[in-house]
Amino acid sequence: MNGIHDMGGMQDMGPIQHEKNEPVFHARWEGRVRALGNAMAAWRKWNLDTDRFEGELIPPAEYLRYSYYERAFAVLVALVVKHGLVKPPEAETGVRVEGSPKATPALTTAGVLHVLTTGVVSTRDVAVAPQFKVSQRIRTRNVNPIGHTRLPRYARGKIGTIERDYGVFVFPDTNAEFLGEKPQHVYSVRFAARELWGEQAKPQDAVYLDLWDDYLEPA
Amino acid sequence: MDKTRRDFLTATVTAAGAAVTHDLAHAQDQDHGHSHQIVPSDPALRVKSLESLLVEKGLVDRAALDALVDGYEHKIGPRNGARVVARAWIDPSYKKRLLADATSAIAEFGFFNQQGERIVALENTSKIHNLVVCTLCSCYPWPVLGLPPVWYKSAPYRSRAVIDPRGVLREFDLELPEDVEVRVWDSTAEVRYIVLPERPPGSEKMNEQELAALVTRDAMIGVKKVTLTQAQGAT
Repeated sequence: MNGIHDMGGMQDMGPIQHEKNEPVFHARWEGRVRALGNAMAAWRKWNLDTDRFEGELIPPAEYLRYSYYERAFAVLVALVVKHGLVKPPEAETGVRVEGSPKATPALTTAGVLHVLTTGVVSTRDVAVAPQFKVSQRIRTRNVNPIGHTRLPRYARGKIGTIERDYGVFVFPDTNAEFLGEKPQHVYSVRFAARELWGEQAKPQDAVYLDLWDDYLEPA
Repeated sequence: MDKTRRDFLTATVTAAGAAVTHDLAHAQDQDHGHSHQIVPSDPALRVKSLESLLVEKGLVDRAALDALVDGYEHKIGPRNGARVVARAWIDPSYKKRLLADATSAIAEFGFFNQQGERIVALENTSKIHNLVVCTLCSCYPWPVLGLPPVWYKSAPYRSRAVIDPRGVLREFDLELPEDVEVRVWDSTAEVRYIVLPERPPGSEKMNEQELAALVTRDAMIGVKKVTLTQAQGAT
């Protein structure tokens, strides 16, 4: 989706606000949102790509106005309702519906270390033939899907070179909407900065993106 | 049930009248000291209410939440990455392993599970400068750098790092020579990048621990260089 989240190349967002000695969380609730996100993801009702896509569905004005953890909270509430873990009346009132089933937490303290040190495993140990070879020239597809994609606007229809084959990964565009994992190769692709931005870029500079087979065609 | 708890989710679901802390106001305030006061009580109350609801429904375990927050605050963070960098500076064979397969080389330290995300280390030299960004969201190498700072997740950095990396670096007081090749890494997939900065001149006699203390988070993102004087905590 050509949404506000796809920010690469925009120019009027203001100066970078670097904060000295920044704390991990600026308020207690931010840490709770982060942790609640992990704990609810452990129910496996959705995946990392679904989570990202939900964030992209926040209307542009709100997306810009919200802080990072406000967005994360909006995403969490939307996901628990959409996937039936919280009933709409509970979401309306914040009160548990009488007689709604009582669960046993999917994530306990025993699983916390795994969450912190492993993250999400998106590689797949399946034999899928790569469509491209290292050093090969490619062109990214000129596509404008209305769903989730990890091919940013600034890098569509551009010529690049395959630098490295990272192996087989889940394909986010389909995985985000439960249309299958469609495992395929991901490559590190080098684009000359001038291919992306024209003459204003330095001739030797480059931008590298990690791109799936389905985003590429031979050049 | 009290009023706060009743009202909280409606407000979030409709996204109306939500909090007023956009990234900019948030960060500006932090420049002047404590941000806690400007974050409205609204999100704090709504998050607390959601947590209570989820605990009541048996969907989350409060002790696990506490352990997660503690882990984010104390177990992962840029000190981990700094140890990796210092080791690479003093041990050529480790550096070789790190550049060839950072996932395994980092797993040697034990704070990272090799079954997790792939990590790639990018070596900065006098001729090549690497810079890491996630233009689409906030991808960042958690096990070695912890959670990303606000600026890394915010629009100004995400938008301009790819189109004007030299301008971005200037905002971090880093002016690169004209002939240096700048490589920007947009983390669009599940591969995570850490920059191996140049070892600073004058550090030849330092041991591994002293070197690790010099390495900053910003240098491992690629927005700063490591110097003998800049080491200030983890940033």
